[in-house]
Amino acid sequence: MQVPAPFEYERASSVDDAIALLENHGEDARLIAGGQSLLPLMKLRFAEPEALVDINDLTELRRIWVAGDQLHIGALVCHAELLASAVVGEHYRILHDAERVIADPVVRNRGTVGGSLCHADPAEDLSAALAAIRGEVVIRSSGGERVVPVRELQTGPFQTCIGPAEIVTEIRLPIRAGTGSAYTKVARRVGDYAIAAAGAVVRLYGDVISDVGLCLAAVGAPHSVAARTEDAIRGRRADDETLDLAAQMAAEECDPTADQRGPADYKRALAGELTKRTLRTAIARCRGEEA
Amino acid sequence: MQVSVKVNGEEYTREIEPRMLLVHFLRDELGLTGTHWGCDTSNCGVCVVQVDGSPVKSCTLLAAMASGHEIRTVEGLEQNGELDPIQQGFMIEHGLQCGFCTPGMMLTASWLLDANPHPTDGEIREAISGNLCRCTGYENIVRAVRWAAEHPQNSTTTAETEEVAAS
Repeated sequence: MQVPAPFEYERASSVDDAIALLENHGEDARLIAGGQSLLPLMKLRFAEPEALVDINDLTELRRIWVAGDQLHIGALVCHAELLASAVVGEHYRILHDAERVIADPVVRNRGTVGGSLCHADPAEDLSAALAAIRGEVVIRSSGGERVVPVRELQTGPFQTCIGPAEIVTEIRLPIRAGTGSAYTKVARRVGDYAIAAAGAVVRLYGDVISDVGLCLAAVGAPHSVAARTEDAIRGRRADDETLDLAAQMAAEECDPTADQRGPADYKRALAGELTKRTLRTAIARCRGEEA
Repeated sequence: MQVSVKVNGEEYTREIEPRMLLVHFLRDELGLTGTHWGCDTSNCGVCVVQVDGSPVKSCTLLAAMASGHEIRTVEGLEQNGELDPIQQGFMIEHGLQCGFCTPGMMLTASWLLDANPHPTDGEIREAISGNLCRCTGYENIVRAVRWAAEHPQNSTTTAETEEVAAS
């Protein structure tokens, strides 16, 4: 029987209250939202926080809205809500592609967007997709608010730049007309972590790739992005030659480790192939060729 | 700490440690052993219960987090002596063999049918993809859910169901 180590439980009534509770309890306090990653770690005693601050009552963090040219996603929005959101699918198909392959529908009912980012699992799909989109994370503390690019949030496996008394309140994504995006994952079985996964966000100017974001999950790419590949294909024609170049460069850019999901060379080849396929889908969607 | 929950329409209040998981609260504190306890790693789905109408894996939720919320377990599916259509479906279509996964399967499936009364087989399979069954190969479970979709509440009495099952 797996039981977490003892801790104090607090329920926050507002964002300010959550911050005050974190300050009172000090560095060994943790926020808990869906708990779908933190509780399993606590049950295995890999995590032993002295206090948990439950933020599930902060319904103000549980909404999705568009303001100006930005799509705002509250940190407490759960995976199932993101997947069900028409406005999310309208602007970023990559998020729906990714959500469909994250865990299973029951887990998706609890796990949250903010929790996925803060857990900083290098194999996690949503964090990678948000990095491809070049989203921003809004973080609040008693000193005020700061905004950090998703690509700079995670500083290493299971590590972020979020301070002990800070809370992620929302994710902001740029809305830009003419954007196509996609996410492709290969896993051993439904709901499992990726062997490798790739995501692409593309804008075309005529037949030329005018802007591109590429992410790679579970294969050791720094910050889960393929930055050198992005630079290499930006400004090139959206054709097979460019796709082949992207595949080759993404495979070189990642640094997978061998584990029970497969040997490193297989994962590297997979990362390249998935980069090509997901780029192709994103480009097709950009052109309105695929529903 | 004190935890108050409404389970299957009945209020319960207990004094527990904050670290108690909902599955153990239901089974050990309230004696509702219809909710099963399986892998303990949120993979198998035998511990699924509904919290405010949504299925969750109760081994991966603190009882403290459920305080103030409404929970439905397999014991709450039957209403006024009538089996829920999903229970009738599992009976008629032989949706179980050992029965260990069945409570979680039925609570996930009843949520699916609430949200989507006419699911395709693909939608049924996706909905139950977080619930593992090692006996049936899922075929009969999908048939059971489909049966329930085709026979919504009050369209069949339990007596009629038993006749069908016996024939």
